Amino acid sequence: MKPAAFDYVRAESLDEALEVLRTEGSDARIIAGGQSLMPMLNMRLARPRVLVDIMHLEELRKIEVQRGRIAVGAAVRQAELLEWPPLRRELKLLSLALPWTGHAQTRSRGTICGSVAHADPSAEIPLTLLALGGDIVLRSAKRLRRVAARDFFLGMMVTDRNDDELIEAVQFPAADGRRCAFREVARRHGDFAIVACAAVATDRGVRLAVGGVADIPVAREFDARVGDALEDALNAFAWDLDARDDLHATARYRRDLVRMIGRELITEVMQ
Amino acid sequence: MTRLSAEQRHRVRFTLNGDAVDRNCEPRLLLSDFVRHEIGATGTHVGCEHGVCGACTVTIDGRPARACLTLALQVEGCEIRTVEGLSDKQGRLGVLQSAFRRNHALQCGFCTAGILMSLDALFAQNRQAGETEIRDVLTGHLCRCTGYAPIVKAAMEAAAEMREETRREVADA
Repeated sequence: MKPAAFDYVRAESLDEALEVLRTEGSDARIIAGGQSLMPMLNMRLARPRVLVDIMHLEELRKIEVQRGRIAVGAAVRQAELLEWPPLRRELKLLSLALPWTGHAQTRSRGTICGSVAHADPSAEIPLTLLALGGDIVLRSAKRLRRVAARDFFLGMMVTDRNDDELIEAVQFPAADGRRCAFREVARRHGDFAIVACAAVATDRGVRLAVGGVADIPVAREFDARVGDALEDALNAFAWDLDARDDLHATARYRRDLVRMIGRELITEVMQ
Repeated sequence: MTRLSAEQRHRVRFTLNGDAVDRNCEPRLLLSDFVRHEIGATGTHVGCEHGVCGACTVTIDGRPARACLTLALQVEGCEIRTVEGLSDKQGRLGVLQSAFRRNHALQCGFCTAGILMSLDALFAQNRQAGETEIRDVLTGHLCRCTGYAPIVKAAMEAAAEMREETRREVADA
């Protein structure tokens, strides 16, 4: 339960961090808040040769509102965003989901981008980013690119990020008054979600995103149907997520939760 | 670029309960092991070592955090407080600790140090914290003895006592 040995680079500029990633590739890992990576290191599920600490980079420590998007830099901690005064107005869904992200004792250090990079299937921040249709900004020594959340998560803890890239920021579309709702079931508040759901009103109906069931968070659009038609659509969605039994819950229980929470949230958002 | 090599020990400086620390450690050393084994401050306990149990909770710059999910090198320049910082120099228990004792809010005591640090940070940030906030903070800790009820009771009693103290100080001034 102790990390294997690694070199430690306290990056003094973004270029420096990118240079390590360029030369070391998959042997290097970025550490920000460390709340997802440190357990992996302690359990030796990850054994990087070098860790690059980016928390001293002021240019990554900013929350910017730009043209209807809110960009959250890689060094912004979850607690800092939760305390950002405009959060409730600008990003209501995230303000509902963040209190469910870990505990106060991990949000104090964990970052928004770190959770997205780790891509745990039950994590609330990737789920919210997907539900809102946000983007991930990736930077390497060679280029800068933007990937939509729906294309970024590829599998359990597998993302579209290349070995020489770091997540510079994630961008959430601003709330613009759209209705939204979030609900989660976990064994203990703050623990890994058995099922987490986020719903956002769209022009045609509701987008419902589900975490904790499939290997990645999955979103589906529901038009303004009600009653049996909605039940059928939700049932199809629940089955399509391919739930599995594990230590925490059965596949059947997870499908039940998707149907039940899904119906509640869709009804709530369409009101 | 400062690349600190895995095999060597590197200088790290921070304050621990108000005292300056200036020592060396390998990059992979956890803050929990640093305070226990390098400094000898064994009040901070180590439970699960992957951030779930909360036993190793300390405060870093006033915020509660898992010492087992923090590298010693990451707290360069930070202000760390551990349970040793809650009692005074004579070793007399603080308000929160005394309330725990009165209310039997611990049995084996393994989780206690971490819970005290989380609650201490909560009350420092929010003097008005009530049962909801206390219970929310406690979700980040596992206690297998008490069933949590005496912990909540002790925390509420301590919070009331601290608010009363503040009121008296204000009235005095």
